[in-house]
Amino acid sequence: MASRSADIVACPDCDLVQRIPPLPPRGSARCPRCGRPLGADKPGSLDRTLALAVAALILLFLANVEPLMGLSAAGRETSTTILGGARTMWLQGEKVAAVLVALAVVVAPALEICFLLAILLAARRPPAPRWVGTLLRWTEISGVWSMLEVMLLGILVALVKIASLATVEPGIGFFAVGALVFLLAAISATFDPGEVWARVRWANGDGPWPPEGSGRTEAQR
Amino acid sequence: MSRALPTGARVGLVSCEACGLLSRPASPENPGSCPRCGEVLAFRRRDAIQRTWALVIAASILYLPANILPVMTTTTLRSTAADTILSGVLRLYATGSWVLALIVLVASVMIPLVKLAALAYLLVTVQRGSIRRMRERARLYRLLKAIGRWSMLDVFVATFVVALIQLRPLMSVTPGNGVLFFAAVVILTIFAADSFDPRLIWDSGGEERGGDD
Repeated sequence: MASRSADIVACPDCDLVQRIPPLPPRGSARCPRCGRPLGADKPGSLDRTLALAVAALILLFLANVEPLMGLSAAGRETSTTILGGARTMWLQGEKVAAVLVALAVVVAPALEICFLLAILLAARRPPAPRWVGTLLRWTEISGVWSMLEVMLLGILVALVKIASLATVEPGIGFFAVGALVFLLAAISATFDPGEVWARVRWANGDGPWPPEGSGRTEAQR
Repeated sequence: MSRALPTGARVGLVSCEACGLLSRPASPENPGSCPRCGEVLAFRRRDAIQRTWALVIAASILYLPANILPVMTTTTLRSTAADTILSGVLRLYATGSWVLALIVLVASVMIPLVKLAALAYLLVTVQRGSIRRMRERARLYRLLKAIGRWSMLDVFVATFVVALIQLRPLMSVTPGNGVLFFAAVVILTIFAADSFDPRLIWDSGGEERGGDD
């Protein structure tokens, strides 16, 4: 078997240089020294992720415009959306928390999903332009700050807390967030950033390293 | 095992933190940028230990007001009650949902503590060049990165309770400054975990001296 430079990596967690062997269907590789997952065979990754990302975009829209939950007490009714929650915090003087909430559950998930859609559409025809690599990096960073699953649990706790004071009901937004959390988990299970990186045009203009692979290397992945 | 294991740093190869490409920089002192994605290359994250210590210490200081100051103040016609994180947990427990009380306790109180203590442990062992339990420490680091976000839980709880209960003069809830410190602890610990470099755990080369496992 010819050595393919694209399969030689240094483990990001322990720096051990190793070759990732050809993986069986749906197989995955781990670093033998530190146990860090190093890659997985994800058949049809780009197409499946694109389908999931389109669905996620629709749910993201619903999650942000529909009320998360409503409350009725003493003949009065109120409801709140995600941004409404952040807005109330801002008005009540907790501006840092308000900005953080808006970033974590509105801005970061929106960027994550939109960047991913742009990446997947642009990567369908290799070589993909260089901005695809930049967006991939930004998608990863947005993912760190995107905390919808934490918010979902937070809403549940809030519902229970309020239930002792008034009647509360989850709204459409709540179920949209629930479905979105599920979709984002599915996206991270199907998306293979390595496949996109292999299609991105190199920054230095001259193909893959080392030169003995001479241009074929990236196309083979 | 007498032979040194081939790590990138030992054989002069540097792995890009953005795209994972392994490349041989022209000069080891100044690795330049990744040929594929253009990211600035480094064999190890810059000043990882000092930066992580600074963030861990800052977060530990803010952890105190986060737990002492109230996160929510409930005002009704008859009374005003301020709740800290812990008294909120007790209230949840008293109203019968011990599962949720436990979840909030773990997410808000224990996860930040565990994260700060574990980061300090990783820093101390790396600084002493420890060769013990390297695989466990590597796993601990990956666990820390995964659980940190859950301490945002109480910030979200406060946000939505406050947003819904605005029935003045009957009943209203206002956020307290505990929320601010809490959010700060979460942000700082996320940055702290990111600035640590797990490869430092392995750099003391325990396997060659037969110290691991």
